[in-house]
Amino acid sequence: MPAATIVVVGAGQAGCQTAASLRERGFAGRIVVVGDEDHLPYQRPPLSKGHITAQVERKNLWLHPESYYAKNDIELRLSTVVSEIDRSGKAVVLASGERLPYDHLVLALGSRNRPLCVDGGGLDGVVALRTLDEADEVRDRLTKATNVVVVGGGFIGMEIAATAAKIGLGVTVVEVADRLMGRVLSDPASDFLLTAHRSRGLQVELRTSVTGIEGDRGVATGVHTADGRHFPADLVVVGIGAIPNVELAVAAGLPTGNGIVVNEFLETEDPNISAVGDCASFPSAFADAAVRLESVQNATAQPRALAARLAGGPREPYEAVPWFWSDQADLKIQIAGFAAGHPTAVTRGDIGEERFSVFCFDSEGRLRGVESVNKPGDHMAARRLISARVPVTPEQVRDPGFDPRALASGRQTTGSGT
Amino acid sequence: MVKVTFVRPDGTDTIVEADPGSTVMQTAVANGVGEIVAECGGTLACATCHVYVDDADIDLLGEIGADEEEMLGFTASPREPGSRLSCQLTLSPELDGLVVRVPPEQY
Repeated sequence: MPAATIVVVGAGQAGCQTAASLRERGFAGRIVVVGDEDHLPYQRPPLSKGHITAQVERKNLWLHPESYYAKNDIELRLSTVVSEIDRSGKAVVLASGERLPYDHLVLALGSRNRPLCVDGGGLDGVVALRTLDEADEVRDRLTKATNVVVVGGGFIGMEIAATAAKIGLGVTVVEVADRLMGRVLSDPASDFLLTAHRSRGLQVELRTSVTGIEGDRGVATGVHTADGRHFPADLVVVGIGAIPNVELAVAAGLPTGNGIVVNEFLETEDPNISAVGDCASFPSAFADAAVRLESVQNATAQPRALAARLAGGPREPYEAVPWFWSDQADLKIQIAGFAAGHPTAVTRGDIGEERFSVFCFDSEGRLRGVESVNKPGDHMAARRLISARVPVTPEQVRDPGFDPRALASGRQTTGSGT
Repeated sequence: MVKVTFVRPDGTDTIVEADPGSTVMQTAVANGVGEIVAECGGTLACATCHVYVDDADIDLLGEIGADEEEMLGFTASPREPGSRLSCQLTLSPELDGLVVRVPPEQY
């Protein structure tokens, strides 16, 4: 029997998708979505891409028009902070003291930027990018900046760095690891990216970290690195990862680790509370351990699956194949599955032409991830191959006649011995 | 303004006035045409803003780019001659009266 009132805490992509999917699934009860920002719920991916060069109008960032919420009987409570979850009383307590009773509670709390804890981290000109307000600030500062230092060579850092370089600014990326986007990319893809960005004029400094930011009258002027160097900077963009927002769950006594722990049905230990999106640590069918993903795919597919169950549908495990993408300069990087950390990587296509894919296989020869650069068809095919666990071998991929699209659509036979 | 008609999967028409310069995808999302999912926000990464453009209008639209062509091979509803990804269709006054059919499945 579906719950009568579902409260969703978090009005980002995952929270809004939960509400929208509940209505699409015919849930007829009360839905309340609580968010602490004052904007209408918006899309984050364009913020580090088109938005920072002012190409995206604000109204085109909203996930839904304002009228959508009333029309679908979704109570949207913006600028509203939740201070506590009262599990025994089955209510969410707002900072105002108001209590929102729930039959089922969905935690879509998201994540926040990991702060750069060095001297000068609070200077004017040191920024991060997660929210729309922060994106506006980055955009405005890019129009006035001369030298930009990006701290962190991950998704967001590299997108901003590429954009800043494209508009003619001097850009230095400082990354503590020995490769770019090392947490998510295979070695060949990461090596390519380093070469590609350097050839476009980006300065990339690996294996060092920012140890301090110096300023003049409260305004950043440069950064010092652990290897004793100094880089001038009137804009320092920090993109060193995110921390899941688990505090409400911790205070409520729910198990957390790297995120709020949920099972394959996206339920926490409390059957009346689920968690989705950036804040949820879940057992992925495509990973060897519990994972927590910060991606649009995760923030939409998990809520859809959860909403189906909460609206009275069958109790089925969540098992969508994860995918990611990043636009950096004219490079469209797409990842299906999990690409990093596998022993075998087979490259198909032309690295020199910047159009190729890397197929990543685990020690048992199973295809686990595919990275594509400017090959969206390969990416879409790879999603199907990984999702359906279509047998494919490294030998097959090395064959010049291999066509992942044909295999994904069943027009090419699978690998030998299968 | 540019008039655009969305023929929804349930057969109803949603007729809207759109700003020139915005895309058909943005117009759909802003007007609550929820079957246009547009998961990636218009960056040609997801193929969830698939539409069928009326035969009469197809020649008024620009060429299909190489990336869009590849993505169109993987739409959830079958590809047809009028298939386009609506994030790639920028509205101009010449497109006034555009009619697009919205497929039932996007993912």
